[in-house]
Amino acid sequence: MHNTDITIDSITKIEGTAGLTVKIVDDKVVDLKFIIKDYRRFYAKAVEGKPYVAVPPFISRICGTCSIAHLLCSIETIEKTQGITPSEQTRLLRRLTYNGLIIRDHALHLYFFVLPDLLGIDSILDIPDDENNLGHQLLHDSFDIKETGNELTTIIAGAAIHAPLPSIGGFLKLPDPASFPSMIKKLEKIRSQVIRGIDAFSKMPDKLIRNSDYLSLKNDDHFDFLEGDITNSSGNKIVEEKFRDFLHSVVIPYSQSEGYIFSDTKQDYLVGSLARLNLNKDSLNPRTQNDLKQYLSIFPSNNVYHNNLAQAIEILQCIDDSIDILTSIDLVEEKPISLLPRAGVGVGVVEAPRGTLYHYAETDYKGMIVKYDVIVPTSQNQINIENDLKKYFEENLDKDEATLKLNAEKIIRAYDPCMSCATNFLKMKIIRK
Amino acid sequence: MSDTPKLIIGWFSFTCSEDSLILLTELLNQHFDEWKKVIEFRHLKALKSNNKIEGLDVAFVEGSISSPTQAAELQKIRDNCKYLVAIGACACTGQPSSSRNTFDPNDINYKTAYYLKNFDYSQEVKKLADFVKVDDEVNGCPMNTELFIATVSKYLKLLNIV
Repeated sequence: MHNTDITIDSITKIEGTAGLTVKIVDDKVVDLKFIIKDYRRFYAKAVEGKPYVAVPPFISRICGTCSIAHLLCSIETIEKTQGITPSEQTRLLRRLTYNGLIIRDHALHLYFFVLPDLLGIDSILDIPDDENNLGHQLLHDSFDIKETGNELTTIIAGAAIHAPLPSIGGFLKLPDPASFPSMIKKLEKIRSQVIRGIDAFSKMPDKLIRNSDYLSLKNDDHFDFLEGDITNSSGNKIVEEKFRDFLHSVVIPYSQSEGYIFSDTKQDYLVGSLARLNLNKDSLNPRTQNDLKQYLSIFPSNNVYHNNLAQAIEILQCIDDSIDILTSIDLVEEKPISLLPRAGVGVGVVEAPRGTLYHYAETDYKGMIVKYDVIVPTSQNQINIENDLKKYFEENLDKDEATLKLNAEKIIRAYDPCMSCATNFLKMKIIRK
Repeated sequence: MSDTPKLIIGWFSFTCSEDSLILLTELLNQHFDEWKKVIEFRHLKALKSNNKIEGLDVAFVEGSISSPTQAAELQKIRDNCKYLVAIGACACTGQPSSSRNTFDPNDINYKTAYYLKNFDYSQEVKKLADFVKVDDEVNGCPMNTELFIATVSKYLKLLNIV
């Protein structure tokens, strides 16, 4: 192939600022760098010396799209430092809050960022204004799906982004149960639209298979984004408190984010919906399993593009789980649990929309933060993404540069990366010599 | 291609959580069909690949400025738009992204020091108005959506689109 320099200033439709440089010499990839470029805000450092009560709403500002994930992970972390065990009711309300997040966040990624790839167009803005067009139908489905996810989180947690009601020890205000019947109807209404999307994303023809390891929370009782042990596809299973020991941090000198590999095997791994489906598909809601048999048979899968299909399936999981909870929950009046501050150490682990999220906190006897740490999913996926891209380029150097660029974007987009955790451009430079 | 005049806008993100961008994508749930008729999204990297900065009527800018590179990008946006609107708390006030301005340089850990030293961070994180003229502000964390919609309406009228 020719000696060429190519630069893409804007690989788009992802959440985050990132770059990609590929150096090709004598038709071989000699260097490939996937570069996270977001400027850091050092929030983990900024919370040191602050009272623990101030931390969850502040640290949730790490991310716009998955602020609820950081909020609930931080709450769990602080509760563990203080020896607070939330009530069963609080745990169910948090699950509802989180289901709303997953519904909205996955729908944003799938229908606004990935759908143009499926339709072979650049943007949802290019979808024809024709109700009989599949793209038009799916896009307008997505408006209903995202709106319903937003509403679910709002009625339980007060807002879909930077929710004010989830708190350390419980909820500052309980939802009005009178809103539940209407919410159940809306969730039932979007089921068929979600299944239409699952069918569409199952037909995505792209394929990139590499032998990645997978990691996620696993709850033996039910499919869970908030509680469980950490497991990987090698069969290792550890408690949340040991999660940090499981990982080896790698400084990547050209990236604003560190990467991670397993501490024992030194191998890369993948977190996110694909990992969750590969490891937990038998725990999905029975109704979800019943309606999606033909699609679930695809998992476990090593095709990274199936992360898109896995996200679409998780939307239905969250709808069905929410319907079950809203139908059966019987709210009782309770205030957030409050104890005298104490010195402590806490670890919180949740499955954020794009993978396993870890928070760590130490407090002093006054309840002030001594140390805080955060490991986000995209940092964990960073080395895996880079290795997937290497494999893709090595096997496809015969393709023209436009195709290489487009498919590199699609691979990155399939991971649903979140660099701030989120921004939006990726500069790509291919150097051929 | 329609000849109907449209408001030509761009959306840009600097250092922040991008929560206002997410809210914009959520506003599209209700406003997509309506706005598509009267607005040209000339620069919106969250939704399209073919982005241009030239000839913008209004640039909506979220996030604070963390580096000389970002300051230069902001100036370029200012040079290419008629009006610039600061979106969200980080753009309007610098906070909370500017939290690092208060760090004691003698009390930062190796990880923080590594990144500050090896990438082109400015001494301080600043709001947009510290660098360029800002015509309007839509404050909030995330932005106040009612105020944002009112601001869009204001420029649609000001530029005789509706």
